[in-house]
Amino acid sequence: CMKDLDREPFYGLDTETVYANPAAQRQVLAKIYGGLVITGQKTTGDADTKGDDEGATSYSRLLFKLQELTTDEAAIAWTDGAIQNLNDNTWTSNNNYVLGMYNRIYFQIALANEFIREMSDDKLSGRGITGNDLTNAKLYRNEARFLRALGYYHALDMFGNVPFVTEADAPGKFQPRQISRADLFAYVESELKAIEPDLLPRAQAEYGRASQAAAQTLLAHLYLNAQVYTGTARNADVITYCNKVIGSGYSLAGRYSDLFGADNDRVANSEIIFPIVCDGLRTRSYGGTTFLVHASSGGSLQPATLGVNSGWGGLRARKNLPLAFGLTTAAQAAAPADKRAMFFTTRQNLEMASLTTFREGWAVTKWTNKTSTGADGSDATKEFVDTDIPLFRLADVYLMYAEAVLRGGGGSQATALSYVNQLRRRGYGFPITTANPTSDVASIDLDFILAERMRELYWEAHRRTDLIRFGKYTGTAYTWPFKGGPQAGGDVASFRTLFPIPVADLTANPTLRQNPGY
Amino acid sequence: QTGSVSGRVVDEKSAGLPGVTVIIEGTTLGNSTNSDGTYSIQNVPAGPRTLVISFVGYTTGRIPVTVTAGQNTAVPSTTLNENTTLLNEAVVVGYGTVRKQDVTGSVTSVSSRDFVKGQVNSPEQLINGKVAGVQISTSGGAPGAASVIRIRGGSSLNASNDPLIVIDGVPIDNSELRGSSNALSLINPNDIETFTVLKDASATAIYGSRASNGVILITTKKGISGEKVGVNVSSLFSLSTSPRRVEVLNGDEFRALINRVGTEDQKSRLGSANTDWQDVILRDAYTQDYNAAVTGSLGTVPLRVSLGHLNADGIIKTNNLKRNTLSVGVNPVLLGGNLKVDANVKGSWIDNRFVEDGIIGSAVSFDPTQPVTLNGSPFGGFNEYYTQDPTTGAITLVGLAPTNPLARLSQRRDRSTVKRAIGNIQLDYKLFFLPDLRANLNLGYDLTRSNGTTFVPAGIAASEFNRGGVGNFYSQERDNKLLEFYLNYSKDLGNAGRLELLGGYSYQDFLRESPAVPDLRADGTPASPNIVLPVRSQNTLISFYGRLNYNFKDRYLFTATLRNDNSSRFAKDFRAGYFPAAAVAWRVKGENFLANSTFLSELKFRAGYGITGQQEVFGNDYPSLAFYNPGENTVQYPVGGVFVNTLRPVAYDRSIKWEETTTYNAGLDYGFVDGRLTGTVDVYLRKTKDLLNETDASAGTNLSNRFLTNVGSLENRGLELGLIGVVAQTTDFNWSLNANATFNRNKITDVPNPTGLRVSGIDGGTGNRISINTVGFPVNTYYVYQQKYANDKPIVPTNANGGLNAFVDQNNDGQINEQDLVRYKSPNPKAILGLGSNATFKRATLAFTMRAYLGNYAYNNIESSRGNLNAFLPTNPFLRNTTPGYLETGFTGEGTSYLLSDYFIQDASFLRMDNISLGYDLGETSNIRVTAAVQNAFIVTKFDTADPEKFDGGSPGVINNVYPRPRTFTLGVNVNF
Repeated sequence: CMKDLDREPFYGLDTETVYANPAAQRQVLAKIYGGLVITGQKTTGDADTKGDDEGATSYSRLLFKLQELTTDEAAIAWTDGAIQNLNDNTWTSNNNYVLGMYNRIYFQIALANEFIREMSDDKLSGRGITGNDLTNAKLYRNEARFLRALGYYHALDMFGNVPFVTEADAPGKFQPRQISRADLFAYVESELKAIEPDLLPRAQAEYGRASQAAAQTLLAHLYLNAQVYTGTARNADVITYCNKVIGSGYSLAGRYSDLFGADNDRVANSEIIFPIVCDGLRTRSYGGTTFLVHASSGGSLQPATLGVNSGWGGLRARKNLPLAFGLTTAAQAAAPADKRAMFFTTRQNLEMASLTTFREGWAVTKWTNKTSTGADGSDATKEFVDTDIPLFRLADVYLMYAEAVLRGGGGSQATALSYVNQLRRRGYGFPITTANPTSDVASIDLDFILAERMRELYWEAHRRTDLIRFGKYTGTAYTWPFKGGPQAGGDVASFRTLFPIPVADLTANPTLRQNPGY
Repeated sequence: QTGSVSGRVVDEKSAGLPGVTVIIEGTTLGNSTNSDGTYSIQNVPAGPRTLVISFVGYTTGRIPVTVTAGQNTAVPSTTLNENTTLLNEAVVVGYGTVRKQDVTGSVTSVSSRDFVKGQVNSPEQLINGKVAGVQISTSGGAPGAASVIRIRGGSSLNASNDPLIVIDGVPIDNSELRGSSNALSLINPNDIETFTVLKDASATAIYGSRASNGVILITTKKGISGEKVGVNVSSLFSLSTSPRRVEVLNGDEFRALINRVGTEDQKSRLGSANTDWQDVILRDAYTQDYNAAVTGSLGTVPLRVSLGHLNADGIIKTNNLKRNTLSVGVNPVLLGGNLKVDANVKGSWIDNRFVEDGIIGSAVSFDPTQPVTLNGSPFGGFNEYYTQDPTTGAITLVGLAPTNPLARLSQRRDRSTVKRAIGNIQLDYKLFFLPDLRANLNLGYDLTRSNGTTFVPAGIAASEFNRGGVGNFYSQERDNKLLEFYLNYSKDLGNAGRLELLGGYSYQDFLRESPAVPDLRADGTPASPNIVLPVRSQNTLISFYGRLNYNFKDRYLFTATLRNDNSSRFAKDFRAGYFPAAAVAWRVKGENFLANSTFLSELKFRAGYGITGQQEVFGNDYPSLAFYNPGENTVQYPVGGVFVNTLRPVAYDRSIKWEETTTYNAGLDYGFVDGRLTGTVDVYLRKTKDLLNETDASAGTNLSNRFLTNVGSLENRGLELGLIGVVAQTTDFNWSLNANATFNRNKITDVPNPTGLRVSGIDGGTGNRISINTVGFPVNTYYVYQQKYANDKPIVPTNANGGLNAFVDQNNDGQINEQDLVRYKSPNPKAILGLGSNATFKRATLAFTMRAYLGNYAYNNIESSRGNLNAFLPTNPFLRNTTPGYLETGFTGEGTSYLLSDYFIQDASFLRMDNISLGYDLGETSNIRVTAAVQNAFIVTKFDTADPEKFDGGSPGVINNVYPRPRTFTLGVNVNF
């Protein structure tokens, strides 16, 4: 009866069982996709990454916090953990949100590595996967490689020089080597280029899947920031990959607001290249848009207005955001010419006297759980939000194209101007194909692009990367309320263009070297 | 060739003394007296013997008898005088009993005579405050609430710190039991005869694998061979009240405050009522407890059958526990005295009606200016926050608004039924060809079946209005099996001493199972696609053990133990653990030069060393295996055009192994003045290494950021003092005192992270943690900002400068962030004191038990989460009550660091009068005894809100909204006939 000591789980599945079954393979892939928003195997209570409040460990929620709260676009009123140190750019290597993002990225990478390792050609054939199942399996494996590349892209963008693990490293106790930011850039580039032809073309990829265009958009982002990441600009490559995406048949959604509502997967999918899917019934977490919509509501902004049951009184705009639309008064905000400016001003102060009071700073109604027709989302309790996060969308690609042209990457100035004006006409509510003197601009320069990216893409987790690329994230030349601490806005040291490697990992892996300045 | 011995033991007034231990000296043969003081011992080897008759609090009697084969020897009635040296009392240890004077380890026994009196609903409360080194604390005041039991502090960080509990030889499963807050409360305390606490490794090592946190052996009452059948009936009636409330403002105070600091909008939300919401949900509660037991001998078969019925109302309205218990035990001796059989079955059936955990918190924070009821309210007439569309009549609840606490109590029916059966049959066979050798087989089981339902009606209950009510159910089954077999060889070597050898095998298997359950509305339709996935989980322990006892001239005692344990939780190469232990004792009193000293009645030195193992990790029976877990229906993701359930590989450590605790113990047992003053002193050091600990995985190397592995170490060192003194001893008046003191220091000696691991979540915001585990500091040391004061008042942090005005900038970098946190105090008491007194005057008995914790600090989470402006003036359209503390501090709740201010770390030392009881015997012939008792009579503490007692549980030391511990007045009557 010593055999009785060989106990195995009754309901969990062992590795062999999972990968011999095409349906189970797909379930693991769904986990890697879902890892961008879901926090565990239950909505709460079985978290993937541990140490913090589970809802706060959602990839998309952390990405938003690091990319937006540290910039001129947003501030959060809460005082949980070290969140205020994001608001005023004083985070340390112990910051729980920095750690949370890092943990989430490496959860994705470890999960993808496990999947890619178990889905190698050898193992697939060893498990008797053939025919259509084999075709699908290889596609799944390439999608996992895309998701791993996305994780590494965020790692190199936010943390720079990071531990490097691939499918060659089986789970266990070891200390991976640190890769330089430039080498990681080369790895992500090579991975994306390698899988690009083997992913589904846009026409065959159902909404939500990583298509060729998703890989191409990620490559465009990588190249656009190449100067920052490697010291060498790659703007011609930006043009190349933006053109590939634009050529694959995407079109702008009809109304700007359609992109951020509960039915954006249906009414705006022509523009969305790669979404993070949220669903009020089936894909529930306290990250994603559930976080964005609840946290946007508070003060006099009734949660029901945004289609949710409660306001968490957290997220507001810093004044730079309304000012980018030329708005300074509640009256202007009530009927802006550029309808991308979606602010709620009742009892909200434009000037921010306090970071921790919701009424300081205008509220933002861009993210909502209302559909394009004004109905509520699918969850009757209005707790969980349906709205997907358009991580990559065509408007972003248009603006990347325009910026790369202005940065000398080639392409066409006229095309660039036309892309920008299409976005502006839609923002103003005009037909996008007809020139309109109210919305159109006659010429564009880089400063204009940065401002236009704010107007078009605010609160979509691009801002920190954009400000760093334009050299405005650190220093005192450009400021926002509470930048670096002072209410009027102050200095942020240049080392803060990278987040620190969290102390937890420096301890677990003493071979790692901290980023300079921390 | 054996015979039997029988007789009666009486006290000075010739009243029969029940529960007295009678043993044949030099053997393990013995018995205890029944309710009228009679006893009988079978299978006594023929020849001259000495009967040792002992009872706690009485002088031991030694009676020479000559046993004749095949006959019963009647011993004349023996009178015991009160106050004894206890030395010859038989003490239950692992797999056997020894005389107290032969004990080599740190072992403390408490028998029924010394149990806490009054209304005791759960067995562990019987010895609260009675044993040095043992901390017992209820999680709250609900009837049958869970207790946290710690013996000599916790030895683990992430693994279990609960002691092993063995009832009549069956180690019971004390892990989480669905439908019951305390698995132990399914045992009827009235069936228990003795508790024996094994504290050091030399005593516990024989239980190896599960003994790192000490062992509690519980022996239930038994019938005695030859005893005439007697009946004992007892009944208790109790009234419970709520002595300590959470301090909040009353309606008038709150109105005045809002009118002073609120906006016009907020002022307009004030009501005109004066509602004490804690009064509204609390009540005086009644408990009835009935017990009947038949004890005696049916022919030659000793038998005990008992029935119990408990009906206990909680002091929060609707809360109730009903428990029915049946216990049957037979222990005949067969085959001419060669086979002893001990069979026990204990069955219990409990019905619970629970209240929500957060109900006190909701009463504490509900606006005191609001009335309880509201005319025309669609919510059963209860006052709730809602709006009604004037045209459609559609009702919308105000988002995030609290719901009426009384409505939540009355409208929610959260019920469970739990059945538990613990049984075993133990066969002890003396081999006919080698009478020194005994074979012992013990087969046992511990089964539970739980069923629960939660029902909240749709439509009229605001608490579950949006989802259409609740109609949920759950169930759980636990099947635990035990097989033990050992051989015991015991040989008197004459002048060379006495040798006892034990070798055994143990098989334990634990199976837990609960089916999938959907998430339903009141009408039975799904409220969400969610289905809680089924659970079926099993683990097994297989062990081999051996023990050697050597006794030379009753003066030099030696014990050695070795145990090999194998746990299914670990992979093949790592599953075996070897746990040795050894102890020596020198009974100085037995030396010739002390033999005649009456002043020094006992002196014994003990020293022990041993290693014990730990494999009890929470919630994961398979930490060494790679496997994939399914996700629930609410965490699907679309791939291939449909939403699919996810599969996640779990983080694992293939080489995970036993956590090991090494204990060093040195002790001294002493007695003075013919045993009027006796006591023990023990010092110990316990070092735990290879802690089963969730630790940070190096990024990317495992399938989560943390995984369970062996990392880190900690130690506990301490001093325990126990003292029993007889203050007065006359014919009419006897008074004894029992005092104990424990001083435990706990320190982490190794964790991987030099900063430490943040632990102990708190209320107020999300994800905040108040404690840290760092090398060189006690477990759960608080990790806080140092508050600055002006005019003796804490400075209110403002966020303009990130709290720089109010907190000490430890590293002088001009900003307040987590680098300015300091380690400060801990929830661990520096000293735990217990004092018991027992005085009898003629037929009256007055007893009390009090307990004190000194030097423990609590985090006042009530004050930190409610005593600030943001908490009672939320941005949403309702108000919440606040604490009187706010009126002093004026905290705004702003500033990142407010919740982590050391201002909230407050001295939680306390002295609690646990129990005062008065008993009176109506007369020698009537056999009726009446008692009156008060439990939780008073508490002395500087902590000024709620109850300061909380040393463990989810967040150690964090005082929040605990179910108030009641003050209970009990009247009881006990009849023997």
